[in-house]
Amino acid sequence: MGETTPSEFQPVDTLLDSTLESVDSAETTILGMAEKMGFDEDDLHKIGMSVREAMVNAVVHGNRYNSRKKVQLRVKAAGSELAIEIADEGEGFERENLPDPLAEENLLRHSGRGLLLIEAFMDEFQVRKREPRGTHIRMVKRLAAGG
Amino acid sequence: MSVKLTTRQVGDVTVIDAVGRITLGEGASTFRDTIRDMASGGHKKVLLNLGEVSYIDSSGIGELVSGFTTVTNHGGILKLLGLSKRVKDLLQITKLYTVFEVFDDEAEAVRSFT
Repeated sequence: MGETTPSEFQPVDTLLDSTLESVDSAETTILGMAEKMGFDEDDLHKIGMSVREAMVNAVVHGNRYNSRKKVQLRVKAAGSELAIEIADEGEGFERENLPDPLAEENLLRHSGRGLLLIEAFMDEFQVRKREPRGTHIRMVKRLAAGG
Repeated sequence: MSVKLTTRQVGDVTVIDAVGRITLGEGASTFRDTIRDMASGGHKKVLLNLGEVSYIDSSGIGELVSGFTTVTNHGGILKLLGLSKRVKDLLQITKLYTVFEVFDDEAEAVRSFT
């Protein structure tokens, strides 16, 4: 059985509707690629959860389920690296303006932990406000050496 | 599959057995409604068994926190039982280990309420 090498993957560049179904489909697409790249079960869980968190941010908090707004999903597998970009058309935010979820006074807040989880689970993570509007998240996971 | 919750009494402790996923949408709202009903129904010692929960996202974590707050606000206490390594990791990352009492053994957890 021939192994699929990362270079064989076609990059993904698509616009998704602002629905929870898009969250599921993004997760399924990316996990399919990640599994073929050789990520282990633990990393697949981390990648899947990071994608869900970023997609939920885009669909729910960014685009607020607005059917006229889309979520842009880009995925690129190159060498041992899986790079994922998710962008919405919401109002956008700067991370430094968000409450710190680890601050004592915020521990019992209902929400605000998604970015923290992505940062913990991925090897690279950046979030920035887009111009003229929206938020752009880029995250990267690398295969462990020898993995 | 979203989360399925069943409740049972062990002495004066209400044990909620959760099975499935606690994520944004149906899973989180089912969870929220059940905890709220427990708290408003006068159940003050609540043990949430997450041993069969395969997946929790940040919305699910938010529901755990809200459940804790709801029960506490009704004069009760909510503790956690049977966390998988992944759920334990989530509580570590989010520093919620400092909020929740967590047990691996049900009998020990039940005794801790007395």
